[in-house]
Amino acid sequence: MVPLSAYLFLSAVLFSLGLYGALARKNAIAILLGVELMLNAVNINLVSFWRYGETAQMAGQVFAVIVFAVAAAEVAVGLALIINIYRRRNNINADEIDLMKW
Amino acid sequence: MATETLIWLLPLPPLLAFFLIVLFTNKSKTLSHSLAIGAALLSFLGSMLVFARALATPEFGREVFASSINWIPTGDTFLKIGVLIDPLSAIVLFFVAITVLMIFIYSVGYHNYGQPAGDHDRAGLQPHGATVTDESGHKRMVLSVEPMYSRFFAFIGLFAFGMYTLVVSDSLLTLFVGWEIMGLCSYLLIGFWYGKPSARAAAIKAFMTTRVGDVFMLLGIAFLYSATGTLTYREIFTQQTLQALASTPTGIFGLSAAGLIALLLFIGTVGKSAQWPLHIWLPDAMEGPTPVSAMIHAATMVSAGVYTVIRMFPLLTADFTGHGLTATMSVIAFIGTFTAIFAATIALAQRDIKKVLAYSTISQLGFMLAAIGMGAYIAAVFHLVTHAFFKALLFLGSGSVIHGMEHGVFHTGNHHLDPQDMFNMGGLKNKMPITFWTFLIGGFSLAGFPLLTAGFWSKDEILADAFAHGHWAILITLAIAALMTAFYTMRQITLTFLGEPRTKEAEHAQETPWTMTLPLAALAVFAVGFGWLGIPEHFPGLGGLLPNWIHEFVGGTLAERPEVLAFSWIPLLTSLVVALGGLLLGWAVYKNVEAGQPDPLEKPLGFLYPFLQNKWYFDEFYQYFVVQPVIWFSEVFSSQWLDKLVIDGALHFIGRSALAIGDVFRNKFDKPVINEFIGDGTATVFQKAGHELRLLQTGRIQNYMISAVALMIVLGAILIYVLA
Repeated sequence: MVPLSAYLFLSAVLFSLGLYGALARKNAIAILLGVELMLNAVNINLVSFWRYGETAQMAGQVFAVIVFAVAAAEVAVGLALIINIYRRRNNINADEIDLMKW
Repeated sequence: MATETLIWLLPLPPLLAFFLIVLFTNKSKTLSHSLAIGAALLSFLGSMLVFARALATPEFGREVFASSINWIPTGDTFLKIGVLIDPLSAIVLFFVAITVLMIFIYSVGYHNYGQPAGDHDRAGLQPHGATVTDESGHKRMVLSVEPMYSRFFAFIGLFAFGMYTLVVSDSLLTLFVGWEIMGLCSYLLIGFWYGKPSARAAAIKAFMTTRVGDVFMLLGIAFLYSATGTLTYREIFTQQTLQALASTPTGIFGLSAAGLIALLLFIGTVGKSAQWPLHIWLPDAMEGPTPVSAMIHAATMVSAGVYTVIRMFPLLTADFTGHGLTATMSVIAFIGTFTAIFAATIALAQRDIKKVLAYSTISQLGFMLAAIGMGAYIAAVFHLVTHAFFKALLFLGSGSVIHGMEHGVFHTGNHHLDPQDMFNMGGLKNKMPITFWTFLIGGFSLAGFPLLTAGFWSKDEILADAFAHGHWAILITLAIAALMTAFYTMRQITLTFLGEPRTKEAEHAQETPWTMTLPLAALAVFAVGFGWLGIPEHFPGLGGLLPNWIHEFVGGTLAERPEVLAFSWIPLLTSLVVALGGLLLGWAVYKNVEAGQPDPLEKPLGFLYPFLQNKWYFDEFYQYFVVQPVIWFSEVFSSQWLDKLVIDGALHFIGRSALAIGDVFRNKFDKPVINEFIGDGTATVFQKAGHELRLLQTGRIQNYMISAVALMIVLGAILIYVLA
């Protein structure tokens, strides 16, 4: 059987990839993708801890489902924002979206 | 109803009427006077009931109607408020109730109820008459209704409340409350026609003059309270308390405490009852409407003054041994006697019908006080009651005469004619018969017309007392004053009613409406009949036919009944001679006065005549020696020197010092330290900090994300390594 550490390793790799994507990419959609990757890495974590821990306790699974729902909602809102910005400025480069600057 | 409860309720209806009229009904004349008269009637009926029960009580005087409740807490005791009806207050209540009711009814007619509103009448001025057009198209002037009709009834209601309170109260404190309420009302009523400067001045004069007396009275009350700890009559008038007061020396003129307190209270009376030297306000009080004069002069205020002294009789005589008058009694007797003759001389030379009566009132009050000063308790009470009746009658009668004359004035249209000047009258006997006969009865009662009238019996009693106790000076002075009284009364009657009319206006005078003549008739009954209740037992012929009720009844007030005087011919003959002589003389001198002729007394009296006519120049005397110095004092000393220089100077000094100190604080502390260092300094620091720190806000989402991750790592590290 595949050990728990393998799943955790996969999850850590995915999270790091996502974090890197969110921090380093300029394209707003790519940032959003990075965030999604991080969320899913967390999901793998949750599900594997559930599988290797008390299987009778449903908390891990339930939490993962909630994260799906939140992620879906977040993507919907995030994409809507990006579309709006694109319509106004013809551009979705995150560096240039700096209206909130001092 | 229990008698005590009834007594508590007696003063309330007029007060209630006052408030109702002022608050609700003052728009409606009919409603207002109905309320006031209804209230007076209620109080009247209640008073009569109380009086009847007092008569039905055997040994009344030993037994009295009294009740009291705690009122004002003073440490561990209470000032009490209570009512007391003993024979003295019962009889005063009797005449007050009757005269008050009659005056209320009379006021309806006097203020021309039912007449049209005046053409250009204004509130605060006497009605000037209204023009009416009759069926045939003729225009004529008639009397117009008083513009402030309702207000008048409200005021006299309050006045009646004050008097009832004063009479039924069982202590000096509540008596003083009623006393001051009347003082206020007399001010309001004398100044009723406040549009006239003379009325305003008279109102202020009355208020200020009586205030002089009131201050002393209050001193007396305070002294009494500090000496005995109580103000209730029945607690003061115990043998023990009186003895203690009489034996306490005060060190002032060698008076005992009792004597000094009585003297102070008496000064209050001097003000209220218009005795010399505080008499000056009363003649001026004639500026008010005539029912007011009657209220003030007969039923209420001036009687209240004498009533108070009579009330304080036990205190007054506490150190009286029966031989020789005490100092206080001598003062009272002197002032009374002097005022009696002093005012009588002035009345001789007055032309105004109301002024004559005013001075005769002062004079008659002097008679009463002289009686009290001699210790003639019963005589004083007797004269107080009879005087109240006949003087109210005379005042109301004079109002009726003036009213009739005003009719004549409107008929001829000659508004320059003074309708109060007796030399403009004459022959009114046929025009105003009811007024004439009632006035005649009142006048004869005042003059002391023998045997028939009440005034004779009461005045005779005073003279008899003076004779019996050997006060010759008082007897002679009072006899001369009585002679003058009869003389000026007959002068008044002759000039007003007898002979031929001296002016066109007098020819067209008219009898007044029934609301005015009815009270006259009712009072006339008492002005005659009341005297028969006090005929001395030993009087030849008449004595003993009727019991000497006054003596029996009023005497019961005192701890020991006054002795019955032995009869003597000398005072009786004196009374007879002065009354009849004065009347005859007055008629003889004035029967043939022609129109425009000067007063027949003017020649024989020479320089005395203007002296008397100008009231011994007392007004001028006070003007120069009291009013002017006071004005000078207040203007020069108080205003210019004390106020402007000293007090203002001190205030300005304080003001300027404060300003200077403030300046120092502002320039040395507030501006540099608070404003610049603390205020501006703090702001600058924050501004600079903000300027530097704002660079953190890059607006780039990824920068924020990095900080968030970094912070999370730091927090995670803390969580793991520090807290675990």
